[in-house]
Amino acid sequence: MNGVALAFHQFRYEQKQFWRNPASVFFTVTLPVLFLLIFNLIFGNEDIEELGLTTSTYYVPAIVSLGVISACMQSLAISLTVDRESGILKRGRGTPLPNWVFFAGRVGNAVVVSALMVVLVSALGALIWGVEIPWDKAPAVLVTLFVGAAAFCCLGVALTALIPSEDAAAPITNFAVLPLYFLSGVFIPETEIPDGVLSVADAFPVRHFFLAFFEAYDPNAAGAGFEWGHLAVVAGWGALGFLLALRYFRWTPRAL
Amino acid sequence: MSDLAIKASGLRKSYGGLEAVRGIDLEVRMGEVFAFLGPNGAGKTTTTEILEGYRTASAGEVRVLGVDPSGPTREWRERIGIVLQQCRMIPELTVTETLELYAGYYSRPRDVASTVELVGLGDKAHTRASRLSGGQQRRLDVGVALIGDPDLLFLDEPTTGFDPNARRQFWDVIKSLGDLGKTVFLTTHYMEEAQVLADRVAVIAAGEIVAVGTPDELGDREQRPAVITFRLPAGVDPSSVPSGVGASADGSGSLRCSTADPVRVLNELTRWALDNGVELEALECRRPSLEDVYLELTRTPEEAVS
Repeated sequence: MNGVALAFHQFRYEQKQFWRNPASVFFTVTLPVLFLLIFNLIFGNEDIEELGLTTSTYYVPAIVSLGVISACMQSLAISLTVDRESGILKRGRGTPLPNWVFFAGRVGNAVVVSALMVVLVSALGALIWGVEIPWDKAPAVLVTLFVGAAAFCCLGVALTALIPSEDAAAPITNFAVLPLYFLSGVFIPETEIPDGVLSVADAFPVRHFFLAFFEAYDPNAAGAGFEWGHLAVVAGWGALGFLLALRYFRWTPRAL
Repeated sequence: MSDLAIKASGLRKSYGGLEAVRGIDLEVRMGEVFAFLGPNGAGKTTTTEILEGYRTASAGEVRVLGVDPSGPTREWRERIGIVLQQCRMIPELTVTETLELYAGYYSRPRDVASTVELVGLGDKAHTRASRLSGGQQRRLDVGVALIGDPDLLFLDEPTTGFDPNARRQFWDVIKSLGDLGKTVFLTTHYMEEAQVLADRVAVIAAGEIVAVGTPDELGDREQRPAVITFRLPAGVDPSSVPSGVGASADGSGSLRCSTADPVRVLNELTRWALDNGVELEALECRRPSLEDVYLELTRTPEEAVS
């Protein structure tokens, strides 16, 4: 098999592993959907006057960003750590499989699951609360998805360097993003969050990624929905993650 | 093309100031099952991982299938199969799927179904790895190492933690590899395993090779004296045993003698016993086992003094 065919082969088996693993399906697919339903149940279909839209319209891009971050950064960091500690990565290194093909398969899985979450959350928003799907801004949604997916995958791979064992994988990845979901206006509408807190969140990629999606889903925003400034910050974090991953990623177990 | 699968000379590996491998020479011939024995910390895994291309040597020359393993190429990896000391199987995939996944990495893989049979998992072909027993997972691990149809197979302590039945089933698999003409480099803690499987054995202790040979001749085992032990019934005076037997009390109530000529000694002993109507309880004659030789070879200087 040539490299591309082999990457697709790897991707197919990554898909099998992902969908058969109850934890990865729950945390990556079910939990974001639950968040979407619960936040809408609690905050109802009220208007956010300052932004001129309903809470459900606000939560669709918020949970879309959460879904992508979960599939790329968290799920990737956890699965790579588990495979590193169980020797699966080390064994893979002992086969002719090129490293880039392995990553292409696994990252490809994360990107495909992310795209699925964009579709699923947008469709649920439209069906249940009539949140408009921004067809006219689809190119902006796609670009935001791919820039964000790439950046958060790089950050996820880099994050594995900080995770010493399998047991530490879920707590550390959640510690990395959960506070940022609150601070960045993903869980709580940003109109409820003090400006000082938002400016802290501005230093990190989660808020910029969310704002890039928000622009595309905001019915009041004119234009094509591209937020190049926010995407640049996300890409910058991704580049940093890429360099750290190159330098610090390891294939062999640490907890031995 | 050399008829050596592995050739190492003057191989050294240091970690910081500590020298884990201190200049060893190894030769493994094509088609043989070679067992590499040694206690934990003797440099066994370090050496194996250098040969497998996972680590680089600090000094010395190493050739594995004619290639320096410190810069593993894809072509070389095609010819090597590795079973790591510790490695879980991918829990979500079935036996067949696991082998199909790895088969895709090789240009000329073995047939998946026949490999499933070869490692004795025919009735588990569609069972997920998470539902296999420890021994079955290990056999799947060997199947994965074999799927690329390698010339050389590394097995690093493959049966640690097995129950005796699982170990015997595993041995059958390894024996059938020998029949396929594969070269096998096996590390193990179990002397019986080396005895049953290996054509030749090397023992490493404190970073140096202390003996190489067939399991029978290792450490001049064939030339060593046999040990005869027995007990006398109550009331029989030990001094009535013929002096030619040379028996002495071993402190646990038995008598023992060590002899290079066990046939003559046994004959003398049993004739005396029959003539005098003495029953020799727990009569035993044994050669030093591979394990006896191994324990002696790998004894640390402190243990030797005590």
